[in-house]
Amino acid sequence: MPEQLLYATEVMLNGLMAGVMYSLVALGFVLIFKASGIFNYAQGVLALFAALTLVGLQNGQVPFAHMINAVFGTHVAEFGWQLPAVVAIALTALVMVGLAVLIEKLVLKHLVSQAPIILFMATIGLAYFLEGLGDVMWGADIKKLDVGLPQGISETIESVTDSLFGYGFFIDNLDIVATVVAVVLVSALTIFSQYSKQGRALRAVADDHQAALSVGISLRFIWVLVWSIAGFVALVAGIMWGTKSGVQFSLSLIALKALPVLMLGGFTSIPGAIVGGLIIGVGEKLFDFFVGPMIGGATENWFAYMLALIFLVFRPQGLFGEKIIERV
Amino acid sequence: MNAKSAGHTTADGRKIGGVLMEMKNITLRFGGVTAIKDISFDIREGEIRAIIGPNGAGKSSMLNVISGFYVPTEGEVWFKGYKRGPMKPYQVARLGIARTFQNIALFDGMSVLDNIMTGRLTMMKSGLLSQALWIGNAEKEEHAHREKVEKIIDFLEIQNIRKTPVGRLPYGLKKRVELARALAAEPKLLLLDEPMAGMNVEEKEDMSRFVLDVNDEFGTTIALIEHDMGVVMDLSDRVVVMDYGKKIGDGTPDEVRNNQDVIDAYLGVAHD
Ligand SMILES: Nc1ncnc2c1ncn2[C@@H]1O[C@H](COP(=O)(O)OP(=O)(O)OP(=O)(O)O)[C@@H](O)[C@H]1O
Ligand SMILES: [Mg+2]
Repeated sequence: MPEQLLYATEVMLNGLMAGVMYSLVALGFVLIFKASGIFNYAQGVLALFAALTLVGLQNGQVPFAHMINAVFGTHVAEFGWQLPAVVAIALTALVMVGLAVLIEKLVLKHLVSQAPIILFMATIGLAYFLEGLGDVMWGADIKKLDVGLPQGISETIESVTDSLFGYGFFIDNLDIVATVVAVVLVSALTIFSQYSKQGRALRAVADDHQAALSVGISLRFIWVLVWSIAGFVALVAGIMWGTKSGVQFSLSLIALKALPVLMLGGFTSIPGAIVGGLIIGVGEKLFDFFVGPMIGGATENWFAYMLALIFLVFRPQGLFGEKIIERV
Repeated sequence: MNAKSAGHTTADGRKIGGVLMEMKNITLRFGGVTAIKDISFDIREGEIRAIIGPNGAGKSSMLNVISGFYVPTEGEVWFKGYKRGPMKPYQVARLGIARTFQNIALFDGMSVLDNIMTGRLTMMKSGLLSQALWIGNAEKEEHAHREKVEKIIDFLEIQNIRKTPVGRLPYGLKKRVELARALAAEPKLLLLDEPMAGMNVEEKEDMSRFVLDVNDEFGTTIALIEHDMGVVMDLSDRVVVMDYGKKIGDGTPDEVRNNQDVIDAYLGVAHD
């Protein structure tokens, strides 16, 4: 029995680490939703696009190589350089800022004060456009992403837990790094939003557009800022997922897992996104461990959605979301 | 009175200067509704200018035109002697025009102090990075802004609610916090849309005193919309009267009070 308990603890820890990934994607959603009321369907694709760009830049891939070769009959493929990971990440972050500027200029600016459903549709369009653009720019094959993050089972943890409990925990080094990075990222974002001028402006816009305008805050600037931050969060998520399972187009599907996370955490709460992600991560692993065997396994595919459904019935505003009371 | 004259001193010793803001032939249409019909008036430096009129007369619309929330269909807006091009509300705010809203627009999730601090956002200089890292001048600057804000808090007598989330305040206090936030921007021109609406007599008296003090101590020019005639007559130097989008009177409180069109509008005489 204690063995069973130890095993469950290990499963739970692994779930926590997986949950960090969900939290990261959900965080991007919440940032944009708070600041502009837009449900950004493209958040997952942003992570994919960031990861594709990172791999491409790092390995010196020529963007649009296929298209260039088809049009000009050339055979370009690579620049022949290998960028250091830090440089490639910094460049990709710049690309994400550029993308935020373009999204604001080409899409959002023209849809100001449209109904939320219209903006939502626009982000669906954006998602497919970006997916296509990623394909055309960098190719559709699965790519290996290596920015030097440690990977594989942590031997230290295994030997320490083995000598303590007589049972070695299998924890992936990458998961530990992801957790640390996520904690640093969230702390940095919190400090930024609490103490910087732009952070204050961001909170103001998230709270009331009219009031924000009246104190001289430019909504368009804030939108670019928040999409840039969301792009950066997507980049971090993309690096983690890409390192773990290769950069492939199914990466954009992680956006779907963020949806139940948001239902749990509430669409407007940053702590909610984080806690929601962790609950889903742990919940689906434990559920699969305890209940899975009884009902034939593969519960991870649907557990999150079921949990979200139950939440929708009993607490539609999520764990931390503001209670919605219709004014009459 | 000559609009171009250098100014004069009021009976109670306040200095009224030259024209600060001039609205020229403003018309504003929403589809079929004409909210403002060809209205012109000016606001002089240092004065308290009231805009009055029955419900739906177009008063808030006029304030929204001044603050850039509405773009006039026709007409020109002049500020400090320059014609103002089409401007976004945040750009107008940065010119030194602060405002409050008829329906109160505060940041409900923030404390009173944070709300008022947002009024100074556009005056903060430290760059993104030094702010984020809290180095260099960022801390010193923050303190300077805090000091100014604390002065305003003292001035409006809201020390005891500094840390309270604004969403929990009663209506009257919310209006006061909104005024505080507008004042924090140290505006040249302050626009108040019904600052005393929905208040009891005592709250109204407080608010009237604050409006007068702001004008007197800081020399802030004020344009306000108000329904309470007693308040308007007490506070304002000059009054614009609107009805059905048209200007039907403009002058000192006494002149306006004796204007037949104004009396008719308020007594509900049939319109042609
Ligand atoms: N954004 C808008 N869209 C359409 N019509 C508008 C808009 N804003 C104002 N109006 C119309 O313009 C007219 C004037 O409205 P406004 O709010 O300026 O009146 P008001 O004098 O401030 O009235 P009150 O004393 O009730 O506040 C009204 O007929 C109103 O319905
Ligand atoms: Mg009004």
